[in-house]
Amino acid sequence: MVKNDTIWSLLETVNDPEVPVLSVVDLGLIREVRVNNEELEIILTPTYSGCPAMDLIRMSIRMTLLEHGYENVKLTTVLSPAWTTDWMSERGKEKLKAYGIAPPLPSQQVCRPALFQREEAIECPHCHSYHTMRISEFGSTACKALYRCKDCGEPFDYFKCH
Amino acid sequence: MGIHALPIYALHLADNALVLGHRNSEWTGYGPILEQDIALSNIALDQIGQARYLYQHAARLMNEGAAAQGAGGVTPVTEDSLAYGRDAWDFRNCLLAEQANGDWGKTILRQFFFSAWQFFFYEQLQHSRDSELAAIAEKSHKEVIYHLRWSSEWVIRLGDGTAESHSRMGKAMDDLWKYTGELFSPADYERKLSAPGIAVDLAVIRPLWEERVQEVLMAARLGGQRSDWMQTGGKQGRHTEQLGYLLAEMQFLQRAYPNCEW
Repeated sequence: MVKNDTIWSLLETVNDPEVPVLSVVDLGLIREVRVNNEELEIILTPTYSGCPAMDLIRMSIRMTLLEHGYENVKLTTVLSPAWTTDWMSERGKEKLKAYGIAPPLPSQQVCRPALFQREEAIECPHCHSYHTMRISEFGSTACKALYRCKDCGEPFDYFKCH
Repeated sequence: MGIHALPIYALHLADNALVLGHRNSEWTGYGPILEQDIALSNIALDQIGQARYLYQHAARLMNEGAAAQGAGGVTPVTEDSLAYGRDAWDFRNCLLAEQANGDWGKTILRQFFFSAWQFFFYEQLQHSRDSELAAIAEKSHKEVIYHLRWSSEWVIRLGDGTAESHSRMGKAMDDLWKYTGELFSPADYERKLSAPGIAVDLAVIRPLWEERVQEVLMAARLGGQRSDWMQTGGKQGRHTEQLGYLLAEMQFLQRAYPNCEW
């Protein structure tokens, strides 16, 4: 009998191709693991609708499970409830920071349509100053915004709250 | 193609998202500054992602419909065949989405009118009795919040900016305003589906859109007199000449090398 925990720990080794320090579990993409006799069903949800990494993530999940002898795997994508950065694990946030990307704040402040909002105070992942400014709320991937630290002068990515 | 209203409604929404997403992607590599090039490319990516969910839903409905009618042996449609295999008269997108990019100001204004519509539209569609449409709307709505805020702020910056940017935004208003009425003018398939609670009742979101748009246009000093005359037809497949050029480029590879993959 396959244990649910075994599958979860295997999934923790599947990393996001764009942010390779985060596993699909850290990101909160895995919503549920179902074990029915010999069939595994993984319920997952995408981050952003257009995220081009999703196809690769699905393939990596299959490959990892296959390497450990799980051939009968069904991947089911659900859209509701919609993914939020609040599902990112605390461990994931620590890993992001160590990697040089500012982790998402818990506040859902920016998820409102009000104009010219005050910028969130984002901590620089390099020198830990809060004296930072937003360059663009759209960054190198859908999930990130671009910031610059006014103290150490370094630009950095912020994994924006969503 | 099935004649039932629901797959056509899903196609209408998918075509809106794909056509505007493609238009925005034409800016990739050409944006006025790098950060805004990336911003618009990100918005294009969201829209094309949303279009994929909607095409997948439409394809599923159409294939189920064909099977129920005993049309065995017919090649099933896919998200790709719907995007790359239909000609202009089969597209059901609003005319606003297909209008050529023009300058940065016109692109921004087109995005703002559309995002303001999509924001209130997806908010309502989350309550659709079609659970797949509701789920797509819930997911997409979060993304559109960013699009709406970004495009609103740019409309204000440019409209209330220099004499040059203000005059260009005025020209963009003249070019685009006449395509906004269609966003609230329901097609037959929308009327059929809004009574049973599947489609959004456009009359409900119209005042919300007007309020938001008026607020932003006033702040952008673009709130002057406008013609009430509105052009329509896109939802019924009667398009401006702009769509043909867009499809010629977007569909070229699949037309020249059908079903090619790489």
